[in-house]
Amino acid sequence: MGIFDYFRSPPSKSAALAKERLQIIVAHERGNRRSSPDYLPVLKKELLEVVRKYVPIDQSQIKVHLDREGDCEVLELNITLPDEEQRLSQR
Amino acid sequence: MATVIVVTSGKGGVGKTTTSASFATGLAQRGYRTAVIDFDVGLRNLDLIMGCERRVVYDFINVINNEANLNQALIRDKRVENLYILPASQTRDKEALTKEGVEKILNELKQSFDYIVCDSPAGIERGALMSLYFADEALVVTNPEVSSVRDSDRILGILASRSRRAEQGDEPVKEHLVLARYAPERADRGDMLGVDDVLEILGISLLGVIPESPTVLQSSNAGVPVILEEGSDAGAAYSDLVDRFLGKNLPHRFLVTQKKGFLKRLFGGN
Ligand SMILES: Nc1ncnc2c1ncn2[C@@H]1O[C@H](COP(=O)(O)OP(=O)(O)OP(=O)(O)O)[C@@H](O)[C@H]1O
Ligand SMILES: [Mg+2]
Repeated sequence: MGIFDYFRSPPSKSAALAKERLQIIVAHERGNRRSSPDYLPVLKKELLEVVRKYVPIDQSQIKVHLDREGDCEVLELNITLPDEEQRLSQR
Repeated sequence: MATVIVVTSGKGGVGKTTTSASFATGLAQRGYRTAVIDFDVGLRNLDLIMGCERRVVYDFINVINNEANLNQALIRDKRVENLYILPASQTRDKEALTKEGVEKILNELKQSFDYIVCDSPAGIERGALMSLYFADEALVVTNPEVSSVRDSDRILGILASRSRRAEQGDEPVKEHLVLARYAPERADRGDMLGVDDVLEILGISLLGVIPESPTVLQSSNAGVPVILEEGSDAGAAYSDLVDRFLGKNLPHRFLVTQKKGFLKRLFGGN
């Protein structure tokens, strides 16, 4: 029996099953992906701009991290401020 | 300003290199200066599909390492004006592909090209990540098959979070779906995911549907991008795809209904 004979009979629901399974797994994986959400880079950039109004820092001095445990999400924000003298000298 | 386009998929063997070759050729045929880069370090194939394998002297990694300059490594296509190929290295490992090195080359290419097409390797490792990092637009090549669709969704997630545009908070990479190896009669029978199914799951806009076609293998045997095979269904589908990319509003051919008649004419129906 050739492979096409196999597919020919009877009219199949194979694609419908594939679609259903895909919709479930893709939704699930997109959910997981949110543990590093798409908005984080933009959030980081905007935070940097706000902090810079007051203290001179660069991109590497700001760390944004989102943790997820069950239903609980923690947004961790870490900003390293420059030394006092540096800050004064830049005033 | 040059546009960088990555041809990506996650899953292997879905038609990225076939698509990169025809897409780049089509852009060049329409008068745009186009460079197509093979990012598949260690497993280069684009040179074979483009039919220039015997003219490779220097490669992408040689240029990154300053062992050759870009002009020495770029291969000018003999059939189509404005088309250049930058081959991958066959011998180095992927670690040679640094972000700084890739950026340097892309910046240099941007000086003199309109479009830079990056043929991604399969997977989501260094080569694949480097090929998409600097992209402005992405052709996501997908086969109507569960693992390919899932991997494409994964790649969409990476484009949205790990590309330079995402990291810098710029406008996101523009995503286009290329549904390749489509067999409408099988979709009609309910054996294969249909165009609409894949579109519904992935939720990005459809740039083109490339039918499953024996001409693709024949043209790869000959080292001729299939878009140059006039009268072939896959070639015509790629040609439409390029026109759509450039803004023409063309209806999709080779879908369910039209395709049947077309196939029948081509193969005498069976
Ligand atoms: N529309 C098509 N019809 C028939 N065969 C096709 C079609 N597109 C691609 N193929 C075949 O599928 C195989 C893989 O194609 P290709 O090398 O373009 O995929 P790829 O995604 O670049 O693979 P890799 O992940 O290994 O780089 C080749 O043998 C090619 O001839
Ligand atoms: Mg390939």
